[in-house]
Amino acid sequence: MEFQHVNVKVLLDHASAVDLEPLIPVFHNWIQSQSRDELLLDVADYRHVRAGPGVVLIGLEGNYSVDNAGNRLGVRYNRKAPLGGSNLDRLQQAARAALGACREFECDPRLSGQLRFDGRKVEISVNDRLLAPNRAETRDALEPDLSAFLQKLFARGEYSLAFNEDPRSLFSVAVESAKSYSAGSLLRNLASQT
Amino acid sequence: MKVSNGLWKEQLAGKMPEGLAREIDIFEAEINLRKLGKLEERVFAEKRLRRGVYGQRYDNGQRHDGAKVQEMPYPRRNLTKGPNTLWDAPGMQRIKIPGGGLNASQLETLAELAEEYSDGIAHITTRQDVQLHYVHIEDTPALMRRLAAAHITTREACGNSVRNVTTCPYAGVCPDEVFDVTPYCMALSKFLLGHPDTQNFGRKFKPAFSGCSQHACALANMHDLGLIAVTRTEDGKEARGFATFVGGGLGAVPYQAKLLEPFVPPEEVLPLSQAIARVYARLGEKKNRSRARIKFLIHDLGIEKFRELVLEERKQLEFDPRWKEYVADAESYHEEPLKPGRKLDRSGSEAFRRWLETNVRQQRQEGYAVATVTLPLGDITASQLRSLADVVRRFTKETVRTTVEQNFVIRWVSEDDLPELYEALEAAGLGAPGAGTIVDVVACPGTDTCKLGISSSRGLAAELRKQLIEKSYQMEEAVKNLHIKISGCFNSCGQHHVADLGFYGVSRKIGGYSLPHFQVVLGGEWANNADHYGLAVAAVPSRNIPEVVTRLTGFYAANRKNGEPFREFFRRIGKAEVKKLLEDLARPPADEAGRAAFKDWGDPRDYTLGDMGVGECAGEVISSTDFDLAAAERQLFEAQIAWEDGEVEGAAKTAYQSMLSAAKALVVTECPEAPDDPDQIVREFRSRFYDSQKFFDPYAGGKFAQYLFSAHQKAGASYTVDSARYLIDEARLFIDASHNYSTRTAAMTAR
Ligand code: SF4
Repeated sequence: MEFQHVNVKVLLDHASAVDLEPLIPVFHNWIQSQSRDELLLDVADYRHVRAGPGVVLIGLEGNYSVDNAGNRLGVRYNRKAPLGGSNLDRLQQAARAALGACREFECDPRLSGQLRFDGRKVEISVNDRLLAPNRAETRDALEPDLSAFLQKLFARGEYSLAFNEDPRSLFSVAVESAKSYSAGSLLRNLASQT
Repeated sequence: MKVSNGLWKEQLAGKMPEGLAREIDIFEAEINLRKLGKLEERVFAEKRLRRGVYGQRYDNGQRHDGAKVQEMPYPRRNLTKGPNTLWDAPGMQRIKIPGGGLNASQLETLAELAEEYSDGIAHITTRQDVQLHYVHIEDTPALMRRLAAAHITTREACGNSVRNVTTCPYAGVCPDEVFDVTPYCMALSKFLLGHPDTQNFGRKFKPAFSGCSQHACALANMHDLGLIAVTRTEDGKEARGFATFVGGGLGAVPYQAKLLEPFVPPEEVLPLSQAIARVYARLGEKKNRSRARIKFLIHDLGIEKFRELVLEERKQLEFDPRWKEYVADAESYHEEPLKPGRKLDRSGSEAFRRWLETNVRQQRQEGYAVATVTLPLGDITASQLRSLADVVRRFTKETVRTTVEQNFVIRWVSEDDLPELYEALEAAGLGAPGAGTIVDVVACPGTDTCKLGISSSRGLAAELRKQLIEKSYQMEEAVKNLHIKISGCFNSCGQHHVADLGFYGVSRKIGGYSLPHFQVVLGGEWANNADHYGLAVAAVPSRNIPEVVTRLTGFYAANRKNGEPFREFFRRIGKAEVKKLLEDLARPPADEAGRAAFKDWGDPRDYTLGDMGVGECAGEVISSTDFDLAAAERQLFEAQIAWEDGEVEGAAKTAYQSMLSAAKALVVTECPEAPDDPDQIVREFRSRFYDSQKFFDPYAGGKFAQYLFSAHQKAGASYTVDSARYLIDEARLFIDASHNYSTRTAAMTAR
């Protein structure tokens, strides 16, 4: 089974009190400097929607956002364009994009350290119901790639999985690591050769 | 672009209605032909528009990023979806929802599509449609197939066609309605969709049905074709019919619809509409888009002549059995509740009571209520759509509709279930109170995604909503019940003409800076099917609009007499008084730093028009053009006052003068010794600005210049109350266009 359009969302700390307005100029600057490897196009502001997509940086190949879906604030990368390689490659690409964005937010003085990775929680979904319907077969098919990916991400540390059971939802899983990490250390784990 | 696109056809084979499936196959083939260069871009553009596939801001590949205009390096820069519209640039998909009616599984389909092809948001429009933004053209066939499998079409959602047929969301349950217009709305929608007589219009054609004439739910008076339920006694029995209006419309210059026939029996609705369509297709303007709506044809012919032509056409029509078939069961049409209707006998929490007060109406049927789901700015997330589907399954037989106020209504809720329904909505983030009040601000997409947007209507709406919610607890009832509607430009998609407080985006250049403004339009009427349109009072910088609202509502609360509605209050006080009240707000900050802070709402970039750079010459010297345009503004203001005072001829003459002044303001930039003679001003203006197309609006073309030419041609002719009002509106638009031209040229010079 080929999984495309992977989404990774890294959850943020102390999320309820975060004001997303300062994020808007940050995203505009990203467009200005075209600071990612993808074409960045526009900013969509959905702060007015409860438990919504928050502020979204629309790209051609993928969107970046700080979204509050499920009332869980997190940095999301939503891969839109098809990507070559294996499922593992695509999981890693989306995770690198989300974590990389998160790390930039952590360091951006305009955001005053308000957007910080909570250290443990990551959500993964596949944004295509035909390629990845939310049922047991998809879970079984993705299991080897998912565990290889999570082993690498958490450097073989322990983690727990909670799959979304609503058949109408995208295939999605919430992952919680037993140990706390920084966004930077997860990025390093992904970059390591082992 | 989805990897699964090619798989949906097979996946959904047999699940889509055959006709829809075939149309989508054809559209997919057209996409492929265009990619191969075998379909001309203009032809392809109209083809995709007729499938609801619309352009979106920056799809010409240029975007001002706050510092400079960026050329967006899309992968296929040589492939276009239409003139100046790059293939890979995301676009908008409009989805037609006749009468706004949906069921639970359709809500779930919309949720899937919003999530997989858009940015997770479905947007409800002011015409009961659904829009998805940031969609790639190559995803659209798969998206359409999934809609078709849910029995939804995007056909003729845009383009020069019959658009979504709208109706009151309370049809069938409203205590005040004459009868349920839903089945007639569905019949007309089905009959006109793809009808050969509706394929050759010069512009779009928007029909609407209303169940009564006194409420505003369907806004029949502002539609190309408005049908209002009426009855009469025939042979001692009550017979159904429709008062049929034609030629209404908002747009740049709003027109009230004219009565075509006071009583059209149900079996005549379809043939009469067909006859109207045929006359419009035959005689309507085709070349000049700005005069191609049916309202101009009716205005030019006069309603009597138009009626004569339509009735003649009706006589010639070949009989079509669908005329009767489609409405045969209309009288027995009804929806059913899921549960017995029981009165509410619990008071519930304070939050519930607040919601109950604004978001719930009793139905005509005892024990049942309609609950409004307030959507901020018309936006709903994919997961909220699924929750809404759960709610409507749990409490009703899936009776849910979109509204022209960009909300949903859930019908047939047993009153006794309201507390649980509220809890379920609240848990999904859908339990906000304030439906139909001042906090329920309506806004078009504006500069967020619309190519024509001048100011950020959604940014302003979000800000007003935030501020008004905070104040709503201490607000007077009269203020609470006001309506605010915002359009990003003169095209009026936000329906600002029919709001108590309406705003539409304009730009002004001050001291070398372009600043986003909104024209304040006051006293439009929402009731009586939008019977009166508001009057423009002043252009105010966007940043000051929240204060405009505070001042106007405070002034109204303090000075209204005996329960006077806002519209009457505004008429009594007069425009001059209101203008005085807002005078200081209309002035942007005098210093450069202050002006630089006057960015648009929700957009930290420096403001530009057409995404050109901001003028560097921020000197304090006001150009002579600005002075002359200010003089034109003053004349126009005088024209409006004269019109309000009933001096129709004087108003028309002054409005025409104001256009001449604005034209001359531009002519002198090229020819300092410009003459004062009207003929010469118009001649010079035509040759320098119109023939050269310099004055052309990027999207409206020469439309505004033509207002000047037509006013000049009619100079000295007599005017009626209506035609003087149109002239004033046209003068307003011509002067706004002159400001825009001046702003554009300044930005280009700076570049
Ligand atoms: S009113 Fe103007 S800005 Fe708003 S959607 Fe219509 S055309 Fe676009």
